[in-house]
Amino acid sequence: MKELNELILPTNVKYHADHEWVSAAAPFKLGISDYAQDALGALTYVELPEVGAKLTLGEEFGTLESTKSVSPLISPVNGTVKAINESLSDNPDLVNSDPYGEGWIIEIEMEASELAPLLDAAAYKALLENQA
Amino acid sequence: MSAEVKVPGQTGLILNEDLLWERGRQGRSAMSLPESGVPKASLPAEVAGDGPDWPDLSEQQVARHYTRLSTWNFGVDTGPYPLGSCTMKYNPKINDALADLPGFVGAHPLLPAEAVQGELSLIHDLEAYLAEIVGLKATTLQPGAGAHGELCGMLMIAAYHRHNKTRRTKVLVPETAHGTNPATASMCGFSEIQVPLGSKGYLEYATVEKLMTDEVAGLMVTNPNTLGLFETELHKINQMIHDRGGLVYGDGANLNAVMGWADLGRLGIDAVHINVHKTLSTPHGGGGPGAGPVAVSQALVPYLPGPRVVKEGDSYRWEVDLPLSIGRLHGFHGQFRTLVRAFAYILTMGADLKRASELAVLNANYVKEKLKDLYDLPFNQSCMHEFVFTNAKQEPHKVSTLDIAKRLIDLGFHPPTIYFPLVVHSAIMIEPTETESKEDLDAFIAAMRQVAEEAKNDPDILHRAPLNTFRQRLDDVAAARRPILTGDMG
Repeated sequence: MKELNELILPTNVKYHADHEWVSAAAPFKLGISDYAQDALGALTYVELPEVGAKLTLGEEFGTLESTKSVSPLISPVNGTVKAINESLSDNPDLVNSDPYGEGWIIEIEMEASELAPLLDAAAYKALLENQA
Repeated sequence: MSAEVKVPGQTGLILNEDLLWERGRQGRSAMSLPESGVPKASLPAEVAGDGPDWPDLSEQQVARHYTRLSTWNFGVDTGPYPLGSCTMKYNPKINDALADLPGFVGAHPLLPAEAVQGELSLIHDLEAYLAEIVGLKATTLQPGAGAHGELCGMLMIAAYHRHNKTRRTKVLVPETAHGTNPATASMCGFSEIQVPLGSKGYLEYATVEKLMTDEVAGLMVTNPNTLGLFETELHKINQMIHDRGGLVYGDGANLNAVMGWADLGRLGIDAVHINVHKTLSTPHGGGGPGAGPVAVSQALVPYLPGPRVVKEGDSYRWEVDLPLSIGRLHGFHGQFRTLVRAFAYILTMGADLKRASELAVLNANYVKEKLKDLYDLPFNQSCMHEFVFTNAKQEPHKVSTLDIAKRLIDLGFHPPTIYFPLVVHSAIMIEPTETESKEDLDAFIAAMRQVAEEAKNDPDILHRAPLNTFRQRLDDVAAARRPILTGDMG
C-alpha cells in the first residue's frame, strides 16, 4: 500500500468519498482515485455500463474485479453514460497504471452543478488522513 | 516456547510432470483385452470418423502422473489447513469405508423403494438427526452445496410469502455476509438491503429494527458471523422480524462453532443450511462433492423440496403429494454417498459433536491469544471458531497480507483465508478447527511468529515467498487476465 504522501491527487478533478473522481470541467470523465486503485490491487476485470445508461447518485453502475475482491462502482453524480473506455476490457491494468488518464472508466453527460457536493483534492486528502 | 517448536516446512525432491497429452505414445495401453467373439459392425456414417485425440498411456504412467501431481498439492491429510470460513477439519477414514459399502455404491437411484429400504432409512434418520442438532423441525438432503442450500431456503421463504399473499421484495443482509447471500436473494427475485455492523463487530437491534419494513421478506444471517463473533442480539432481532411478518434465513457456514450449543429454533431461525463438507467432516473443495442439507422451522415444512421419504410402520416410501413444495432441487436424492459420510460422522461422534464445537472455539482462542502481540486484532474480544487479524503491524515494512500467507506455505501450512471479510482491511482469517493437536497449533503459532519477525528484518523473503515450493510466487494477475484453459492435444 502507498503512504498518504505517495498518492497522486490531481487538482483538475473532483473526488467523492467513495474514491471516485470526475473531471472538474466538461468533458466529464469518471475514474477511481489512486488511493482506490492501490487499495483494490491489480484489476483483472472492469464491468462497464452501456452507453446511454442512466446514472443515479449513490447507485451502482458497474463493478471492478481485482485479485482480492469484487467492488461495485457507485455513481457520485446524476447523469447519462456518454462514452465508455473500451480499452479497459482488454487492459483493465490501465486503471492501476494511469488512474486519471488512460484508466478513465466512463464519460458522463451531466449538469456541471452535479459537481458541487464533490470534494477538491485537499478535502479528499483530509478525508483519507482521517480514515488512516 | 518457539525455540523448541519446529515448523514442518522443508524442501525435498520434487518431480516434474508433463501433461498426459504430452506423455502419450501411439499404441501404448493400460490393458490388453481378449479377442472379441462378436463380429465387427461398422458405425453409422454420422458418427464415424476420427475420434478425439486421447493420449495412449500405460497404467504405470497414469499412476505416476497423479501421484506426482498429488505431491505438489496440500490437503488436510498433509498438514494444518487454517482456512478461515471453510472449516477444513480432518476427514475420518471410517466415513469413506462406510460410504464404500457395496450396498451404497451399487444402489441405483431409480430402484423402487422396496429395493432400497436401507438407503431410505438412512435418508430418513439423517434428516431427523440434522433437525435435532440444529433444533428445527424437518430437513431436506437435496441441496448439493451450501449456496444451493441457501437457494433452497430462500425459495421456500419466497414461496411462504407468495402463499400468504404478502408482497415483500427485499431481504436484509449484513455487510459481513458471504457473497453468496446477496447473490441468493437476487436469484430469488429479492433486492438486498445491506445492514451495517455495530462497532463491536456484530448486528445491533436498533439498526436492524429501522430497516425492517413491511416490504422486507426477512433477514439472511450467519451466526457466528464471518468475523468469528457470536451475534449476541440475534434472538431479539429475530423476534422483531417475526413480529413484523418476516422470516430468518440462517447461513450455517459457521455451524462448527455452535453445534449442540445453540438451539437455532429457539433463536428464531426458520431455515438453515448445513455444510456437511465443513461441519460434518465430509471432503471439501476438490475432494467433494459437498452437500448442503437445509433444516426448517414449522412455518416452512410444507414448502420443503420433494419427493420426501416418509416412514410407515417399519418401511419407507417416497411421498410425492406435496402441494406447497418448491419441487425438486437435485437430480435424484442429493449427493448420497457424501451424506453417508456425514451420517457416519454423526454416529461415530455421538454426544461428542458438542465437544467438537467446544474444542474448535478453544483452539481459535488459543491461537489468537498467542499471536495478538504481533498481529493487529481489529476486534479484540473472545472469538468463536475463527478470528480475523490484519497486516497493520506489518504494513510499515511494506509486507502485505498476501506476503504473509505465501510465506506460511514455505513453513508447512496452508495459508489462512485472506482479504475476507471485506469489512476488515487486508484481513487474515484463521480457523484452526478442533482436529488440530496442541503440538500442531504451537507449530502454526511458531510459524506465524517467524513470519512477523521476518517482516521486520527481512521483508524481501516475504515478497518472494513461497520459495520452497515446486512453483514460486505465481502471477495471479496474469492468470486472471489471460487464463489458458485448454491443453494442446495436437
